Amino acid sequence: MRALSRIDRSRRATSAVMTSFTAVCTLVAISTLAIILSYIAMRGINALSFRFLVDPPRPVGEGGGIGNAIVGSAVLLLLSCVVGIPGGIGTGVYLSEFSGGFFGSVVRFLVDTLTGIPSIVTGVFVYAVVVLRMKHFSALAGGIALALIMIPIVARTTEEMIRLVPHSLREGALALGAPQWRVTLGVVIPAAASGIATGAMLAVARVSGETAPLLFTAFGSRFFPRNLNEPIASLTVQIYNYAISPYDEWHAQAWAATLVLMALILGINIVVRIVTRKKF
Amino acid sequence: MSTSTPLTAPKFEVKSRAALIESATKIAVGGLNFYYGRTEALQNISINIPERMVMAFIGPSGCGKTTFLRTLNRMNDVIPGTRVEGSVLLDGQDIYAPGSDVVELRRKVGMVFQKSNPFPKSIFDNVAYGLRINRLSDSKSELSDRVEQALRDAALWSEVKDRLKSSALSLSGGQQQRLCIARALAIRPEVILMDEPASALDPIATSKIEELIVDLKKQYTIVIVTHNMQQAARVSDLTAFFLLGKLIELNTTEKMFTAPTEKMTEDYITGRFG
Repeated sequence: MRALSRIDRSRRATSAVMTSFTAVCTLVAISTLAIILSYIAMRGINALSFRFLVDPPRPVGEGGGIGNAIVGSAVLLLLSCVVGIPGGIGTGVYLSEFSGGFFGSVVRFLVDTLTGIPSIVTGVFVYAVVVLRMKHFSALAGGIALALIMIPIVARTTEEMIRLVPHSLREGALALGAPQWRVTLGVVIPAAASGIATGAMLAVARVSGETAPLLFTAFGSRFFPRNLNEPIASLTVQIYNYAISPYDEWHAQAWAATLVLMALILGINIVVRIVTRKKF
Repeated sequence: MSTSTPLTAPKFEVKSRAALIESATKIAVGGLNFYYGRTEALQNISINIPERMVMAFIGPSGCGKTTFLRTLNRMNDVIPGTRVEGSVLLDGQDIYAPGSDVVELRRKVGMVFQKSNPFPKSIFDNVAYGLRINRLSDSKSELSDRVEQALRDAALWSEVKDRLKSSALSLSGGQQQRLCIARALAIRPEVILMDEPASALDPIATSKIEELIVDLKKQYTIVIVTHNMQQAARVSDLTAFFLLGKLIELNTTEKMFTAPTEKMTEDYITGRFG
C-alpha cells in the first residue's frame, strides 16, 4: 500500500507540474498579445479622430488622415477575394473530391509549397509579370498579388473541411440518383460551408496585413482611388511610409493607422463568426 | 415487439407460398462475383428477387450481405478498386451493361443506409432533395404535396408537420432514419434496399420501421439486410442466408426458420455460430 501511494503521489505531482507548465506557456503567449494590443491602442488613440478616418493625407503639420488608405485597402481586399476565394475553393474541392491519383498529390504538394512562399517573393513575381508589362503600378497588380497569397490558404482549408464531411452523406445523395457534381455542389459544399467561410476569412485577415507584396504592385498613393489602373493606397503601405519618416506627427498617425487596421481585422473576424454560425 | 416472439409466428401477415410463386421477378442476379481489389467478397451468387415482396439477407458479419445489397444499385461503384462479374437484371435489363445509366438506376432502386444520414438541411429540403435533382415536380405545390406524401408513407408526417423548416439533425435517431426512408420514397423508386435500417434504433423505433416495411411492400420491392433474425422472421417473405461470400440457402422465411434445408443455415439460426 505504501509503495503504491508513493507512486500515486509522484504521478499527481508530475501532473500538477505539467498542467502548470502549459498554463504558464498560455499565459506568456496571451500576455504578449495583450501587451502588443494595449501598446498599439495607447500610442494610436491620440491621433485618432473622425477626420483622420475620412481625410486623405496632407503635408506634415497640416493634419490629414488615412481615408484614402482605408478605401484603398478595401478595394485591394475585394479584388483579391474576387480572384482568390473562388480559385482557392475550386482547388480545394478538386483536391478533396476528384484527385485520387498522382496528379492530385502533385497539386497538393505545390499548394503546400505555395503557402510557404514569402509574400515578398509573390510581390516581386507580380512586379515582373504584371507591373513591368503594364509599365505602371496599379490596384489590379496589388489585388493579383494578394490573391496569389490567398489561393493556397483557402485551397487547403477547403480541402480539410470537405474531407470532414462524412462519406455517408455523399452516398445518401448518390443513392437518390444525384450525379457527382450535384452531390458536391448541393450537399458536400453546403455541409462544409461554415468551415470554408472561416478559412476564406482567415485568408482575408492574413492578406489584409500584407505590406511587402503591395510595395512593388499597388505602390501607394496620397489620393483617393479613381480607377483600378493606377497606384492605390493601402493601410499597411501607408503605415510603413509614415513609420520610416522623420516626422513625429506622421509617427503618431502610423500608430493610429495600425490601430485602425487591427480593428478592421477584428471586425472581419467577428462578422464572419456571426454569418457562418451553424444553422443546421 | 419483444424478442420472445416465436420465430415461427411472424407478427405480420406474410404472403403464402402460392403467392410467392406467382410473383414476377423484379431483379435477377446470375453468377455474380465481386472483388475488393484481389479479395473475392462474393462468389457466384444467383438469386431472383420477386416483385412487391420483402426479401431478407441474413448471415454473420463480413459474409457479404451488405456488399451484395450494394451491387443491386451499383453503390459499390464509388469504392475504388472494386470489380463485378456476372449479371444483375432489373426488369430484364442488365444494370452493369456498358450503356446502362447509373443515375437512372438509382432513381429506380433506392437505398436506406445502416446509419441514418440526413443532409444538414431542413426536414423539407431533405425529402425534396431527390425530387429537385431529378426534376420530378413541376410546381411548388406539387413538390410540397409529394414531400407530404413521402413523409406520410414513412409514418413521420404527424411528428414533423409543424416543423418542416427546422433542421433534420434536430430529429431523434429513429425519426432521422424514417426521414431517410421518406427521402428514398419521395422519388417513388421501384425497389428499396435497406442496409440494417434498424440496427442503431431502440425497440419502439425498430417496431415502427418494421411496420413500415410490411406496409411498403404493397407498392415496393424491398430487400433488407439484417443481423437480427427475429426481424427477418417478422418482416420478410423470403430469406437468403449468406456465409463467407456465398449464398447458402434461399427459402421462404417460414421454412427457413422452421425447417431449413442446409445444415449450415440451421446451425446459424439456432445460434451455434455467427
